[in-house]
Amino acid sequence: MSVERDVMEYDVVIVGAGPAGLSAACRVKQLAAAAGAEISVCVVEKGSEVGAHILSGAVFEPRALNELFPDWKEKGAPLKTPVKRDDIYFFTSAEKGFKMPGLFVPKTMHNEGNYIISLANLCRWLGQQAEDLGCEIYPGFAAQTAIIEDGVVKGITVGDMGVNREGEHKPDFAPGMELRAKYTIFAEGCRGHLGKQLIAQYGLDKNADPQHYGIGLKEIWTVDPSKFEPGLVVHGAGWPLDLVGTSALGGSFLYHLEDNTVYVGLIVDLSYSNPYLSPFDEFQRFKQHPVIRQYLEGGTRVAYGARAICKGGLNSMPELAFPGGVLAGCDLGTMNFAKIKGSHTAMKSGMIAAEAITEALIAGADGSVKLDSYASKFKASWLYDELYRSRNFGPVMHKFGSLIGGAINWIEQNIFGGKFPWTFHDLKPDYKTLKPAAESQKIEYPKPDGKISFDKLSSVFLSSTNHEEDQPVHLVLKDPSIPISKNLPMYDEPAQRYCPAGVYEVVGEAGDKRFQINAQNCVHCKTCDIKDPAQNINWIAPEGGGGPNYANM
Amino acid sequence: MKALVSVKRVVDYNVRIQVKSDGSGVVTDGVKHSMNPFDEIAMEEAVRLKEKGKITEIIAVTIGGAKGEETLRTALAFGADRAIHIKDDGEIQPLTAAKALAAAMKKEDAKVLLCGKQAIDDDANQTAQMVASLLDIAQATFASKVEIDGDKATVVREVDAGLETLEVDLPAVISADLRLNEPRYLKLPDIMKAKKKPIETVSLGDLGVTLAAGLKTTKTAPPPSRSKGVMVKTVDELVDALKAKGLL
Repeated sequence: MSVERDVMEYDVVIVGAGPAGLSAACRVKQLAAAAGAEISVCVVEKGSEVGAHILSGAVFEPRALNELFPDWKEKGAPLKTPVKRDDIYFFTSAEKGFKMPGLFVPKTMHNEGNYIISLANLCRWLGQQAEDLGCEIYPGFAAQTAIIEDGVVKGITVGDMGVNREGEHKPDFAPGMELRAKYTIFAEGCRGHLGKQLIAQYGLDKNADPQHYGIGLKEIWTVDPSKFEPGLVVHGAGWPLDLVGTSALGGSFLYHLEDNTVYVGLIVDLSYSNPYLSPFDEFQRFKQHPVIRQYLEGGTRVAYGARAICKGGLNSMPELAFPGGVLAGCDLGTMNFAKIKGSHTAMKSGMIAAEAITEALIAGADGSVKLDSYASKFKASWLYDELYRSRNFGPVMHKFGSLIGGAINWIEQNIFGGKFPWTFHDLKPDYKTLKPAAESQKIEYPKPDGKISFDKLSSVFLSSTNHEEDQPVHLVLKDPSIPISKNLPMYDEPAQRYCPAGVYEVVGEAGDKRFQINAQNCVHCKTCDIKDPAQNINWIAPEGGGGPNYANM
Repeated sequence: MKALVSVKRVVDYNVRIQVKSDGSGVVTDGVKHSMNPFDEIAMEEAVRLKEKGKITEIIAVTIGGAKGEETLRTALAFGADRAIHIKDDGEIQPLTAAKALAAAMKKEDAKVLLCGKQAIDDDANQTAQMVASLLDIAQATFASKVEIDGDKATVVREVDAGLETLEVDLPAVISADLRLNEPRYLKLPDIMKAKKKPIETVSLGDLGVTLAAGLKTTKTAPPPSRSKGVMVKTVDELVDALKAKGLL
């Protein structure tokens, strides 16, 4: 169906108002102002407002923010809780665990000078700064496709509004606009649907290891004031995931912010092998561990959410640029997994992209040539150095498990300063790691008690997720028969369990089973797009404004 | 003919409301806000009336802090021609709002005030009626259909007994009910244009209104959580259970 589209031209279009996209936006405007140049910047964001789709731990290292806004304190950036104490636990069972003595803590896990923040609120603040600097930000509008002409990315097309489930135009149909730009920055976060296409189309990952992922689940709690310790950071490894084994890895966190607010979360590595594993249920039972439960007991859960993260690091990083555009932040995979921090690195990557683009624009570039200066500036930055030091963390964990891998990492970080003379690689993509259900042990998860642990639906309710009901399903199956014909017999259709929002269900009686997609529940975490063993699920952007409405996440 | 449309910034309808632990109110920090949905309906109706040539200028008005500008930009993107921001950081109660809107009606010599029947944050449902009373003009509340013809408006109201049709002389206050219309999607080009439309900022004092606090909120509490249901196997068991609770 061809429709007439309005067109707007900008110098720079940015997809995604997260830490990378907004830092890039601010940096372009700052550098343009310093050079006395006029550079127009437009940011589109699929969330209903800036911050609505942002979910992170988060212990925040202010290095990039110090560079972007040295006066962030005066400007009121929401960094309110400095980290006061760092505890690391190895959980050996549902009841037991031991605290790691300070001596054995790898340098990358020291958090002096860092802050416990809501990344969503930091993004809201960054959005305000970007608007004050003259950027245009349009939340509620999803970038649907990249405009590619003669091999050059020329901008993006915003998704249409008012299309019904069958794909027909409703009376209030509003065609999406074309936003054209000399340079387009893709900063959609982990497994961005456009980033994924561009990486494939331009072969950006041909020299990289496969990307590796985790799914982070997080809740916000208001706890009993007597149990509240502002600035306390607790990290954990092991139970309910593996400590010595390598079949299910991950780590947990519990942060005390301000006003009796506690963040608790579990990151499950998507390289897990048992198709019966459910990251959501692992998280729910994790909260029952005495070390964690002691803080939550008597408190109230106020929010829930989930989001995938890229943890492959430097080894898995695709090429940064292609004609007309660049990747930044988690679209590129800049998280430092050894530090379990990706906000400062995402910001920095956006800032470096902005520097390269601004220089090129001032020199009169029109975007048709690939921006090689981004890669060279990246390589010369502290970001590269930091990611280089952490490059072995993920592969070593996958190979040796949390305990031994952790020990190797300690040696590398604390003795070799992150510079082992060799590099470990992990070449198996996460969608290939599942064992057949027949060879796997079923996992009986404890029933939620409604106090500390909860069921999926009441959890999704706390993400304030909403999608317009009458619209095409945004989780597209390349072959609709695969879930029932292949995934079900082979893996007991793991989508039922890896989805943290209950989007996927197998319904009906034996012999007449159906795969049901409750797209309205989707919290945009992208796990299905990553973990489906058949790589059959394609996540595309739904109508703008849909998805979770996270506050303070 | 000028129409004034009042719009209020409220916590978004998708957000799960959380009561502050000290009971002094609900959490609004870091929470998504948007235009009161009933005001969106009023705004949509104004735009439709303008498209039909019944009114010539739409002026959006909001009362409140600096963030109210976002709500006015939304109104401008809907199709308001210009906007007035009555700026005040205090708690705006219905009577204050009504006095300010009445003053704005006079100042603009507007012939109709369109507004939502109530705001979804305090559910007061008082402002429209008070404005009509303060200005001593007609009111047609809970409108599900509005027609304007010359200096008269015909309004269909949703009442308990069914539908009631009123004819009112203009100027009048019309408040919108849920089924008046379905607001359109805001288009990106319209949002872009809205950034350039004028917003005039005035204070309550400029309009001769003082911030009054006739109402005092003594306590805010969440509704009691629903207790778990019980599954019964037979009709007899159900009857017994109902009897035990004294319901039969």
